[in-house]
Amino acid sequence: MSILVNKDTRLLVQGITGSEGLFHTQQMLAYGTNIVGGVTPGKGGEWVEKKIPVFDSVKRAAEMTEANASIIFVPARFAGDAMFEAADAGIPLIICITEGVPVQDMMRVRNYLDQKRVRLIGPNCPGLLTPGEAKVGIIPGYIAIPGNVGIVSRSGTLTYEVLYALKNMGMGASTCVGIGGDPVNGTNFIDCLEMFEADPRTEKVVLIGEIGGSDEEKAAQYIATRMSKPVAGFIAGQSAPPGKRMGHAGAIIEGGAGTAEGKVAALKNAGVRMARHPEEIPSLLK
Amino acid sequence: MKLHEYQSKQIFSRYGIPIPKGRVAATASEAKTIAEELGGRVVVKSQVLVGGRGKAGGIRLAKNAAEAETLATQILSMEIKGLPVRKVLIDEAAAIQQEIYLGITNDRAARKPVIMVSAAGGVEIEEVAKTNPEKIIKVHIDPLLGVKDYQTRDIAVSIDLPREYWKPFSDIVRGLWQAYSDSDATLAEINPLVITEDKRMVALDGKMLIDDNALMRHPNLAEMRDTDEDAPAEVEARKYGLTFIKLDGNIGCMVNGAGLAMATMDMTKLFGGEPANFLDIGGGAGADKVAAAMRIILSDPNVRAILFNIFGGITRCDEVARGILAAIREVQPKVPMVVRLVGTNAEEGRQLLANANMITADTLAEAAEKAVAAAKGM
Repeated sequence: MSILVNKDTRLLVQGITGSEGLFHTQQMLAYGTNIVGGVTPGKGGEWVEKKIPVFDSVKRAAEMTEANASIIFVPARFAGDAMFEAADAGIPLIICITEGVPVQDMMRVRNYLDQKRVRLIGPNCPGLLTPGEAKVGIIPGYIAIPGNVGIVSRSGTLTYEVLYALKNMGMGASTCVGIGGDPVNGTNFIDCLEMFEADPRTEKVVLIGEIGGSDEEKAAQYIATRMSKPVAGFIAGQSAPPGKRMGHAGAIIEGGAGTAEGKVAALKNAGVRMARHPEEIPSLLK
Repeated sequence: MKLHEYQSKQIFSRYGIPIPKGRVAATASEAKTIAEELGGRVVVKSQVLVGGRGKAGGIRLAKNAAEAETLATQILSMEIKGLPVRKVLIDEAAAIQQEIYLGITNDRAARKPVIMVSAAGGVEIEEVAKTNPEKIIKVHIDPLLGVKDYQTRDIAVSIDLPREYWKPFSDIVRGLWQAYSDSDATLAEINPLVITEDKRMVALDGKMLIDDNALMRHPNLAEMRDTDEDAPAEVEARKYGLTFIKLDGNIGCMVNGAGLAMATMDMTKLFGGEPANFLDIGGGAGADKVAAAMRIILSDPNVRAILFNIFGGITRCDEVARGILAAIREVQPKVPMVVRLVGTNAEEGRQLLANANMITADTLAEAAEKAVAAAKGM
């Protein structure tokens, strides 16, 4: 078992003929992900890597392939439309990798998807990896091995550090979820913690947060009251100045709220074993 | 991106929100001309992108054009919170009966825009939020529907607005929503929205913040950017598509990925050092980007060491290594450099850098420790 993606994932790639989309399609195929089709308006009828059919619309692709997930690699100005399109085509799981989607677009997308009960991962995220089964995103496959640790993170390369540190200690992941660094996104920490708590293969959980917003504080409350599995955590941005956006659109301390200290304290109080730096995490899971 | 008061009010005006008559001036004589045209009392308002202009003496009332010129001379020679005043807005003065706060912003936790209104306008809303939070009315907007008429009435009722003002107030709220929505703002604020003694509603002050991610579809707004408040290095970095934030320490950091860049800064601190900057070179950083990043880091005279932390996922370490080599040739840095390459093509990258006279490290902890020692001259 795992969460969100596995061997049975039938994936579409929106923006499959763009340079990012094409490169990562090749990477995902090499990992063994079951990609059933791609979408690029105006390129329907073409083939990618000689075996993946390209369609003009998600609707058409979904009808022809019975896809159950779609990953989005289109540029930021079209990403909102791509998410609406996937949701309207009946795709139940959307993963948006694109960085830089305007926040008002995201508020509209999120409110619409909630009404349709469609799950969105991202945007501005590295996607999902269930080692040995499916790579749905841009997390390098070789840095993780299958195992019993569930990982949820707002970051990309910082998550790779943790996966890699785990692997070096012989520890593997059930599923790794990058929920993205934007202020308004699809899936939050609590959603993933719930899924990990319910997943029989996941025995321990790693939560990697950063400054900005209050999702970590809410996660702490959930962990304290509802979780039985042990959680280790790390919060990035302890040295970040207030009022500055630290790369991620959502990583900003505003009006004294969203500080690393506050988040670390909340998680510690909830019984989460907090790492002082990312490489410490494997030892906290023992 | 922040807009100036005069820019924000011009936008509001296009959406039917009444603003005072007035224009912006860059010199005292221009200010005088504008004041003469307006006649009577005027307000001379410094245009800088910080709060607290009034307290700093950057907003003054002038009885006539001659006084407006004198005050403009004074204000144009001021610095407010370190920012030079380059422009003043000359507005006709209003006789104020009541001040209201009206703002629309993103409520991140609710994933919806929220209208905030307070009958206690004119003071900073953050202050009201601290001292009298019950005086702020909050109404969430469904981003798919926009502001509904009944919502504007609900607000008017809850701040005890006299009935004769419901219609103009409703028009102003809907105008502000449209301005916020069309401009991809993260904040559109009128503080104060006043009722004048001659019974008009006027937006005396205005403030807008625009979502940087949305500027690609608003070239007209992007042109309004005033870079005065940004550190020059941050402006330079933006040109190369780099995210750079200057800090007070002495260890320059060059990292791929925002979360990892923050964690790397945190680690220099954990090991007793202080980061000089936040810098995310992003994925697929080529030689030109790395060289630009190195120049920007070294433009800070405090920098005593540079720490490179690259986790090659999509980014290939050998590519970054070539970038570092090219940058060293071009920039010829004199400070010690610690490099850690992990992940895709890390071995090739390390071989490329073997003769570059850099300190190498395998783990992030080791890299941070060595960078801290190098910065201290150890």
